[in-house]
Amino acid sequence: MTSDTTLRAPSPRAYDGTDTGKRPVWQELLRWECALLVVLVVVLVLGSVHSSTFLSGGNLFFIGVNVGEVAIMALPLLLIVMTGEIDLSVASMLGLSGTMMGYLFHGGWNIYLAMAAALVIGALGGALNGFLIAKMGLPSIAVTIGTLTLFRGIAEILLAPRIITGFPVSLTNVGVVPIAGTEVGYSAAIFLVFAVICGIVLHATPLGRSLVAIGLQPEAAQFSGIRVNRVKFFLYVLSGVVCALAGILFALKNASVSYDAGTGLELNVVAVVLFGGISIFGGRGTVIGVVLSVTIFGCLLQLLTQMGIKAEVQNIITGGLLLVSVIVPNAGEALRRIRARTRRRT
Amino acid sequence: MTTEVTAPAPPSDRFARAGALLRVRELGIGIVILVAFAITTLKNHHFANASSVQQLLSGAALIALLGVGETLVIITRNVDLSVGSVVGLSAYIVGTTFKHHPGTPVLAGFVLGILIGAVVGAVNGLITTVTRVPSLVVTLAMLYIIRGIDGVIVNAHTIDPEFIPKAFVSVGYKTFLGLPWLVIIVAAVVAVVGYAMRSFRSSRDLYAIGSNPEAAELAGIPTGRRVFTAFLVSGTLAGLAGSLFLALHAQIDVTGGVGYELTVVSAVVVGGVAIFGGSGTVLGAALGALLLNTINQSLVATKISPFWNQAIAGSLLLVAIAFDRWLSLRVARSLLTAEGAHRDV
Repeated sequence: MTSDTTLRAPSPRAYDGTDTGKRPVWQELLRWECALLVVLVVVLVLGSVHSSTFLSGGNLFFIGVNVGEVAIMALPLLLIVMTGEIDLSVASMLGLSGTMMGYLFHGGWNIYLAMAAALVIGALGGALNGFLIAKMGLPSIAVTIGTLTLFRGIAEILLAPRIITGFPVSLTNVGVVPIAGTEVGYSAAIFLVFAVICGIVLHATPLGRSLVAIGLQPEAAQFSGIRVNRVKFFLYVLSGVVCALAGILFALKNASVSYDAGTGLELNVVAVVLFGGISIFGGRGTVIGVVLSVTIFGCLLQLLTQMGIKAEVQNIITGGLLLVSVIVPNAGEALRRIRARTRRRT
Repeated sequence: MTTEVTAPAPPSDRFARAGALLRVRELGIGIVILVAFAITTLKNHHFANASSVQQLLSGAALIALLGVGETLVIITRNVDLSVGSVVGLSAYIVGTTFKHHPGTPVLAGFVLGILIGAVVGAVNGLITTVTRVPSLVVTLAMLYIIRGIDGVIVNAHTIDPEFIPKAFVSVGYKTFLGLPWLVIIVAAVVAVVGYAMRSFRSSRDLYAIGSNPEAAELAGIPTGRRVFTAFLVSGTLAGLAGSLFLALHAQIDVTGGVGYELTVVSAVVVGGVAIFGGSGTVLGAALGALLLNTINQSLVATKISPFWNQAIAGSLLLVAIAFDRWLSLRVARSLLTAEGAHRDV
């Protein structure tokens, strides 16, 4: 904990041990997460003004169904981005895992065995990413663009023109029916459980703090005894397995499997993570931020759809939000730079 | 003079050889392309005729053109993910201009496309250099915004071939000296930008910025202006690619150019441009695009299922970056031994 505080706020007082790293309350309120909370409240208020049923259980359930898979995939990605790396192969893994399940199920496998095989494929795919990035030291953005194409390609080879359907109804209900007695969907529930685990691990365990340390300063983390490469390797394996799980949920929700399921979704996942305040350079951000960001995206898109605003405009708003989310924290700094420059000229 | 003659040769020789290996990266890709072409021809004798070579070249042309701009941006340690969306937007606006203003000159179609791309490139460059926000995030956001604007303008319409002037479409298929005009335009761009990247000081600055941004700044290079220019060129070429997309396909709807951004980055990286900046050539990027398309067409010609295309393209990218890594380790080691030998003397 202390090492993290000093890294984040290198003030001279930090050395005498009296600085606990606590900032004044008003500064805490300037956090990105608070801005996200305000945005969320605004969206929810607009939503309930537009329609009295916006905050009803049924509507929230559908929001969960719509964003469930993206939300689940955002969690391991947030941990990876935290260490300063990236994984662009998430959506292809979602497609490959669903394809694998459908392919084996079509080949006469028991559905649960097929699901297990899909998860194993997820772990193997993640291990391939991890091996190339952590062991061989290749740049993660190039590697995962490669595996993005490779995983999608394998799915294409396995299944290309076909669409597999006929999964047991009891299972496909998972995607469209809430958990009995509640109004929470399965994917939303899985996301929330994962998010809580993820939050505890990232913010309150040595392992989680070591991820932050890796993101801030990999060499320093290495010298302080963190096995940087091993941690990164297992993060990619985790990402593979979780994305495979998202693929299974995606397939069950649609009650069908085709090789191109979720094509292009990786950019949505990245956008959600970055909008949540995770720095692309690693080391900064919180799980709460990503949870809020996912919720904002889900509610906002639902609201826009209900207001009859077309998907294209929703794209503009998604991109605009993402742009604002990175420009606003940097705006003060940029203004100061420009002012200093003009002063120098005059 | 005499000292030069008697100077110990082996270390510098080894260094030169390692450097030469890097320099012939383009040659290596060229050989792989020829091998793929030869194997395919052995299996299918119709592959080695003029029309299929034309198809190979024009199929790779758009990605190669986008790759030229992307190379400039990646060399400065940035990335431009908005190119695919720019292609779609520019192609549709040009198409709809032809539809609503029949008689628009063909050249105006190209100028309009280029202008649209230049505007987007300028916006990308401004945001990236003024706010110093990572370009990955900026251009990812722009990808969505432009795709959205495109969607609103397109409004689920399609511009059909009958609205597009014959002369404009002929750029896509009419040939000169056996080469389609499309390919000649792209080759000219590759040649001009490639020459500029070798010879002009301002272009060499891009390599300096990518190798070490802080050092470049301290050395007095106007990094902001150079990075802005790289984005401007990338956007401009993407706009031109949009016009050419329309000429090649003679129709356009909302799906034009979707997903091109990652294909372009793959082609550029396969072509030997380091993803973290500082090295690579425009010619390499163009050859990377040609290699990906050659493999694609070979699969069709050899009647291997085209479904294998993506898997092979992905593996190729992984092999390419692993090879680059091996090469740079080797160069680093040979530099070390060269230094050691020097110290011994």
